[in-house]
Amino acid sequence: MDQKSSKNNSEVENEYSVIIKNLSVTYRTEPALWNIDLNFPKGKMIAIVGPNGAGKSTLVKAVMGLVPITAGKVSIFGKPYSKNRDKVAYVPQRGSVDWDFPTDALDVVEMGLYGKLGWFRRPNSKTRDLARECLDKVGLSNYADRQIGQLSGGQQQRVFLARALAQDAQIYLMDEPLNGVDVITEKTILSILENLKKEGKTIVMVHHELQTVDKYFDWVVMVNRNLIANGPIKEVFTKINLDRTYQEKQRISIQ
Amino acid sequence: MILEEILSSFMGIFTDYTLRYVALGSAILGITSGALGCFTVLRKQSLFGDAIAHAALPGIGFAYLFAGTKDSLFLMLGAAIFAWFGGMITLAITSTTRIKQDAALGITLSVFFGLGIVLLSYLQSIGGASQAGLDRFLFGQAAALIESDVINLGILSALCLTILILFYKEFKITTFDSSFGQSLGFPIKYLNALLTSVIVVAVVIGLHTVGVVLMVSMLIAPAAAARQWTSNLKNMIILSAIFGGLSGIIGSMISSTTEGMSTGPVIVITITAILGISFVFSPKQGYLFRYIRNQRKSQTSLDNIKTISNTEKENHGNI
Repeated sequence: MDQKSSKNNSEVENEYSVIIKNLSVTYRTEPALWNIDLNFPKGKMIAIVGPNGAGKSTLVKAVMGLVPITAGKVSIFGKPYSKNRDKVAYVPQRGSVDWDFPTDALDVVEMGLYGKLGWFRRPNSKTRDLARECLDKVGLSNYADRQIGQLSGGQQQRVFLARALAQDAQIYLMDEPLNGVDVITEKTILSILENLKKEGKTIVMVHHELQTVDKYFDWVVMVNRNLIANGPIKEVFTKINLDRTYQEKQRISIQ
Repeated sequence: MILEEILSSFMGIFTDYTLRYVALGSAILGITSGALGCFTVLRKQSLFGDAIAHAALPGIGFAYLFAGTKDSLFLMLGAAIFAWFGGMITLAITSTTRIKQDAALGITLSVFFGLGIVLLSYLQSIGGASQAGLDRFLFGQAAALIESDVINLGILSALCLTILILFYKEFKITTFDSSFGQSLGFPIKYLNALLTSVIVVAVVIGLHTVGVVLMVSMLIAPAAAARQWTSNLKNMIILSAIFGGLSGIIGSMISSTTEGMSTGPVIVITITAILGISFVFSPKQGYLFRYIRNQRKSQTSLDNIKTISNTEKENHGNI
């Protein structure tokens, strides 16, 4: 019996890169996420959808421990996030930073390597070259020296993706990378992610446009504080589930 | 005439002992607050700097009251403790109540400053404060700086700048994108606390020269001026330190030309002048060059319109 359950565990770990168990997040007294049980499969493009304030960003942040977790557990390849940090790359919402900050595109991409550099060690020619490669992948090699505020919204988003590529991770957690970007940027981002997926990496993306969900993604997670549905697009991206996700007020079900 | 005086006071840096220390102390302040102020400005915490500077005042009063000495190290320690305390109270108010940061800063600033004034006037009434010259910490009096003060300031400044150089990469990433920095494993809370502490030390250095009331301008103005000239954080910090240091030297020289002129306000006016010059003349963002560029642009578009309408006229003529 014991042996069987441990075997099951390792099977789950083989198939899924992120395992979330009974996760709850509370801001002050407001529950933002309630009792989420969820696994992210490897080698898939996963969309997180839900209305505003449903806790989509919170879910992504909770995986990395960026918000205080009230209850539950998250494991990344079977270990807590703090032990497997280098396996996760993060693309925050574009609006979360001040683009007037005195820095250029290459410098921002290089920040993706700060984690590997660790304390006190300075960026060097090696990190510079790596950053340049990543900037090249998103088609912005000509913009390396550009002050980030001088870039278009789409270019800024690609700089953020390049920074995540520099992290060279197994899991990519992205907060609305396709929000308000131009067509070229959308195509570039999707084709890069497609390649990452082929390498067996996990792509998790908070996504706003419901029309494009079945076109771009293999897997969908529907949240509205509670987990409404989670699975392959064909099975769970249904009218009924959408209605349940987007209904006016989602009651927190407390068992 | 005035130029002559300033020139002679400039020579005074090499000949006059007092002026040398005054200028040196002010330069140390300018360099430290200039460099660290960049982070205050970029984190949009300028008012936070103002609040902790004001919060330092009661610390001076208490230090004098309990230690009974005007030894600058004691006073600086008291000031640092209260400045830190003020900063932490502000953070505590914003994180535990629904009061927003601007209101919390207002509360801390005025309450601590009020307490400081009450203390100083009490000390004055019992006849200690004016003797100890505590009131000079309001607007600063660099002229009172002596060699041992300057050595203390220099050590503190070196400490601040060393921390800034060591943690440059960490301060940069947590300032630009704190949640990303956190996701990489950098302990945001500790780094923020460290940066706040270093800024507190810079504020304490400034107490002697510009005083608690004007200190915030030494944090903001050099950084704002430097930002006009460069879009690179490292260059901005270096330039801001230079601007701060220069204004310290020039300000103390100008104030030495007239007996009894406070050094602090003159230094602040000097750095404000540098800021004004930067706003107007910096090549990328300055008003002057922007104006010229806009003029050129509108001239070219005007020319374009003229050409178009001319061709149209010709075409119509042909018809």
